[in-house]
Amino acid sequence: MLFLHHRAPHGSVVAQEGLDAVLAAAAFDQNVTVAYLDDGVFQLVHGQDTSSIGIKNFTPAIRALAHYGVGQLLVEQESLSARGLARQDLVDATIETDETAARGPQVPLIRLVTRAELSALMEAQDVVLSF
Amino acid sequence: MIFGILVNSGPYQHQAADSAYQFARAILDAGHVLHRVFFYHDGVNNGTRLTSAPQDDRQIVERWTRLALEQGVDLVLCVAAAQRRGVVDADEAERHGKDGDNLAPGFRISGLGQLIETAIETDRLVTFGA
Repeated sequence: MLFLHHRAPHGSVVAQEGLDAVLAAAAFDQNVTVAYLDDGVFQLVHGQDTSSIGIKNFTPAIRALAHYGVGQLLVEQESLSARGLARQDLVDATIETDETAARGPQVPLIRLVTRAELSALMEAQDVVLSF
Repeated sequence: MIFGILVNSGPYQHQAADSAYQFARAILDAGHVLHRVFFYHDGVNNGTRLTSAPQDDRQIVERWTRLALEQGVDLVLCVAAAQRRGVVDADEAERHGKDGDNLAPGFRISGLGQLIETAIETDRLVTFGA
């Protein structure tokens, strides 16, 4: 099951409700993959502060996905580049799983993928949900 | 084939609610199974019985209700999305201290797990609206 997030985080509630859908799928023990593309990459920009726009900042909850067995979050490289963003603009977190803890080095939360890689991934899914 | 439908847009504003309904009818007319229609985001506004469209227009909410009551189709609104947008059944209204409820007949309110279950149990989950 693949979840595509392609909306900016605070301009509509779709991004937040999309995250809720991912959490529901993870609770069902599904094989869940989460990818961010188009304006969705803005959801992962670090240091977001929504206090001046009166909207609750839900984006820290995205990091919690790592604790739900979702694995790495995929970010489309072309979408980042088109928006003048780079890897260092995104949240710099790691995944702590039992598996990686035993091996030592931790896995970065975010993995950049090319549009072609993401396309191939979509092709291989049973279900694709887009938010 | 077993189908599921996800409706993400409200009625009248956008074609999606109409297309979803027509697709639901086509699924049933062709002898397939429609496991569930799940309403998310603004799609939950398809389930308020207070909707009053001009009489010479299509009655989108009543149309869904008939689909449920006459064909047995399961119509489910996401509870969190519905609460945000003011669509409540009698239980929800009481729980949140509201002075009325507005869920249309044939619909029920449940959790996002019903969407995930639809994705798992169907051969095709088809999304309308964004």
